[in-house]
Amino acid sequence: MAEWLMTEIFTKYNYWVSILLMFIGFYAIIAKDNLIKKIIGLSIFQTAIFLFYISLGVVKKGTAPIVSEEMILKGYAYVNPLPHVLILTAIVVAVATTAVALSLIIRLYEEYGTIEESEILEAIKKEGR
Amino acid sequence: MTGFVEHLPILTIVISLFSAFTILVAGWFNKKSCIFIFWLTLTAQFIMSFIILRRVLIHGPIHYWLGGWKPPWGIELVVDSLNAYILIILLFLSLACAIYSKSNIEHELPGKRVSFYTLFQLLIAGLCGVTLTGDIFNMFVFIEIFSISAYALIAARGKIALKASFTYLILGSIGTCFFILGIGCLYSVTGSLNIHDLSLLLPPFYGNKVVKAAFVFFIVGLSIKMALFPFHTWLPDAHAFAPAEISAMLSGIMIEVSTYAFIRVSFSVFTVEFLKLLPVFDILCWVAVAAILMGSVMAITQVNLKRMLAYSSVANMGYIMLAVGISLSAVESPWGGLNPALMHIANHALMKGCLFLAAGAFIYKANLWHITEFRGLARKMPYTCAAFVLAAISMIGIPPSAGFVSKLYIILASIEIKNYFFVAVLLISSLLNLIYFWRVIETMYMKHEEGGHSSHGSHGMKEEIPLGMLIPILLLSSLCIVMGIVWLGKIPIPILDQVNLMFGLGKVP
Repeated sequence: MAEWLMTEIFTKYNYWVSILLMFIGFYAIIAKDNLIKKIIGLSIFQTAIFLFYISLGVVKKGTAPIVSEEMILKGYAYVNPLPHVLILTAIVVAVATTAVALSLIIRLYEEYGTIEESEILEAIKKEGR
Repeated sequence: MTGFVEHLPILTIVISLFSAFTILVAGWFNKKSCIFIFWLTLTAQFIMSFIILRRVLIHGPIHYWLGGWKPPWGIELVVDSLNAYILIILLFLSLACAIYSKSNIEHELPGKRVSFYTLFQLLIAGLCGVTLTGDIFNMFVFIEIFSISAYALIAARGKIALKASFTYLILGSIGTCFFILGIGCLYSVTGSLNIHDLSLLLPPFYGNKVVKAAFVFFIVGLSIKMALFPFHTWLPDAHAFAPAEISAMLSGIMIEVSTYAFIRVSFSVFTVEFLKLLPVFDILCWVAVAAILMGSVMAITQVNLKRMLAYSSVANMGYIMLAVGISLSAVESPWGGLNPALMHIANHALMKGCLFLAAGAFIYKANLWHITEFRGLARKMPYTCAAFVLAAISMIGIPPSAGFVSKLYIILASIEIKNYFFVAVLLISSLLNLIYFWRVIETMYMKHEEGGHSSHGSHGMKEEIPLGMLIPILLLSSLCIVMGIVWLGKIPIPILDQVNLMFGLGKVP
């Protein structure tokens, strides 16, 4: 059992790392009161998924995917570029989300004078509606 | 001419994106021109959606290869009867909200008109994109486009709306993250991202754990996006504090487009055979039942009208998901397969659109948010209140309204699969609907205004909202009734039957 677990962890460590990072990010989103820390958590969460994608495309001893005649003749392997390209799109999207989130935090700070979630909720409760 | 129609799906998305940019630039020179560009684009899109539907019904699905790259390598747009149907609902409601927004936005967000219309147009571009795409990663990108515009639009009013938007942003991002995780799992198994290609490559892997995990990731991710019961927490605040037309868009079509994405993923990427392997849809039915009851009960406890409507949306997503859940087992002709679900998507768009626009009208006229403040409102705003009542009737499900027909079909489908508990739940929730809408109607019509300020007999149109706001409300509310008769006449049923045929649902001829 223990042996099986060890091989499972060591041969597929990239997936374990991304799952671990996901949970760290998830913890920060749920447990932290500070809105900026929540956004940091969200970024970690997203990065974990990016790492998952990037490690999907990796081929052992693979080179950069620039296919030339020489490469085909010598039978070189190259990494799968598609997940990397996909994640480039996802990174742009994540940056946009983070930007919107940070600008919302700035507006919240102007409005309520704090970036602690509990204090903002209290202020909202006092205001009513 | 046929060649031109082939290009319409991409044109619908592209002119929307282009118009968003044009509005921004035109807004620097002339703020008034924005709304006209916006209207023009939407009208063009709306006409296109009809041409697309006609083409799809006559000649079958449109496959459009972006840049001429053959799928599965290139991105493909696929339009079949399901997309075309959703696209029409989406653009119709957008057009109604666009007409409404002219007066309302001048009043509600006077300094932000240009950015409002830019974002609104981007929201529509994203929604059209999700509806039309035939590539699953492309779908993710469009989901993010409409989500990000929605975050910004919800926050537009400031104060509480900012917090609501922030909560939605966090939950929505987690949802889309799960969605890409699901895509990644499928890619690792099949090496493809095209929806049609995936459906061909996946069957040998149906027993695979990775594929099952991918399906669960998709369900969780999209459940957050469509505010299915345990993940609905972002919805009430976001829908309640957004500007009126955005609330109508969010409740009326945004969560429905997420439902469409769910239907597309579960029936087109995975197929009916896969869904029958796992008990996911049975669980979904029970989750939906919980959503219906919880949403209805929470709606009764609300004092803020828009929050009440938002909780009612949670309940209505329950109806739609219940109908999707039983679609595998119910087969009889008018209510078999996805028919009730797709009907309720259309009906909910009309009803909730109308109710939220009417609620926005009360806020526009007298800054009325709370139900108790509505005393004697029917005398001051007779047309808006009448429209509200018509939509509420449809919501409760009194014949021959649109809401009645879809509820009836869900009930008939539940009877067909012999699950009388679902029938009981639907009837109870109709009663709960009656309770919370009656409360509003009673305050509007039966109770007189407090204090010395007595209302004089005929106020007529003077006290009413501007015509530009009134027309969409009246149009939507009358459609709530007209659509009921249209549904009972079974006129749009052939479209829905085509969808069932495509997914292998309903009675096999």
